[in-house]
Amino acid sequence: MNGITHFSQVWSHRTPRARLALWVGWAALVALFVWCWQLMTANTIWFFVQDAPRQAADIGSRMMPPRWSYLPELWAPLWDTINIATLGTLGGVIMAVPVAFLAARNTTPSARILRPFALFVIVTSRSINSLIWALLLVAIIGPGLLAGIVAIALRSIGFVGKLLYEAIEETDARQIEAVAATGASGAQVLSYGIVPQIMPAFWGITVFRWDINIRESTILGLVGAGGIGLKLQASLNTLAWSQVTVILLLILATVVLSEWVSARMRHAII
Amino acid sequence: MTVAAYPTRWRRPPQIIKDRRWRIAVQIGIVVYLILAIGTVDVNWARVYDGLERGQRFVMGFLQPDFTSRWRDISQGLVESLTMTLTSTVVGVAISVPIGIGAARNLAPPWVYYVCRAIIAVSRALQEVIIAIFFVAMFGFGPFAGFLTLSFATIGFIAKLLADDIEEIDEAQAESIRATGASWLQLVNYAVQPQVMPRLIGLSLYRLDINFRESAVIGIVGAGGIGATLNTAIDRYEYDSAGAVLLIIIAIVMVAEYGSSYLRKFLQ
Repeated sequence: MNGITHFSQVWSHRTPRARLALWVGWAALVALFVWCWQLMTANTIWFFVQDAPRQAADIGSRMMPPRWSYLPELWAPLWDTINIATLGTLGGVIMAVPVAFLAARNTTPSARILRPFALFVIVTSRSINSLIWALLLVAIIGPGLLAGIVAIALRSIGFVGKLLYEAIEETDARQIEAVAATGASGAQVLSYGIVPQIMPAFWGITVFRWDINIRESTILGLVGAGGIGLKLQASLNTLAWSQVTVILLLILATVVLSEWVSARMRHAII
Repeated sequence: MTVAAYPTRWRRPPQIIKDRRWRIAVQIGIVVYLILAIGTVDVNWARVYDGLERGQRFVMGFLQPDFTSRWRDISQGLVESLTMTLTSTVVGVAISVPIGIGAARNLAPPWVYYVCRAIIAVSRALQEVIIAIFFVAMFGFGPFAGFLTLSFATIGFIAKLLADDIEEIDEAQAESIRATGASWLQLVNYAVQPQVMPRLIGLSLYRLDINFRESAVIGIVGAGGIGATLNTAIDRYEYDSAGAVLLIIIAIVMVAEYGSSYLRKFLQ
């Protein structure tokens, strides 16, 4: 008699219970998706959706020979865009440094009051996109470069502040203690114990944010905050699609170039 | 014999640029750039001064938000944003899984690899807002255009990170599955999928969070969602309603951020 016949079970990856839970999970996700889809498309006009390929072909044919003669008009707005990104990064970093020192657990003067406040500033700044900041600031201080610079600066506080306070919390406590043991004052501990440790991280974060800011500042003009986005908005409003192509290609080239510069600089620093 | 050459004062050593001449050149360059850049920013101070009163009204609106009088618009925008976020994340992830597998060098033949990497590069190069402008022009105003925009942007994000993750899997496990005579599909299912699944779930949750934030922005160019409500409120100078919308956005982003970091810890 062959004794192995009753081992007829087949190996399977999961237990029956785990499989059941997995199926229920997937079914719940699908149900949620269908429900959301119906809510979302309740007001969609399907005629426009069916018409989309024709529209796409139409726009494509209007875009296609790019109007290169438009290029000389774009250098001044491009310079403005780069200035918005750079000055905005500068302003954001200047405001972010004190916030980061208040938010870091090892340097904050009061963990009870100032630290939650600094964390709230960081979260607020991070959750509102720079385009929304620009929308508000254009309404408040009027259209122009200044609104763009302030919008970029306010958005940068959260990003730079968060990464910088994490870097401060990761500093080596022994070096700080060694500086403090020489009888250094609080400001001297900051200057000789903490700052040299976070300097590479600081420059890395700043250059990284500058790169992101170049990307974001190209579209701020859509809400009136200056730069090349203004030209984009003007071309879109007059349906000058051949100019739109030129602008998009220029934006793409700028973004690729700034990414390359920032990668090189970060590589050199770290 | 004297020791006069020995320095008596300590100077802080330079950290980044070692050469003194380079340091001075960089500093001069920065100053020249700042003078040039600040010179081109012309500010209409009278307009800024006029705006201060409006800014004050906005801060007051932010402190005393008005949720009730525009609640219909706000809830409509919120429902659009949330449904758009979920559907676009699901569709985007579903499309980016095959593209991500195709863009992994250790699983796909070279021509598939280059096609998939090209799709990822196109999707990552363009800003969401610019894509939204095109989709609104093609598909008409409303959340459907926003859904397409966010799905498109999700593909570039998830597929790239998934492909990089698949390229870094433990080859020993894949080799042992291959040694049992497994087909390509079985290889993906039993060797690759268990290794990358936790990270894929984490990335999807993170993208859900990003998609909500972006859904608040693309409404400004007509792609539906809470951004459209915000834009309308600001255009009507109803700063208390705008403050309410901003507070809701901040609250949801905070909940999503803490929720997804908690969920990721739970899953790993």
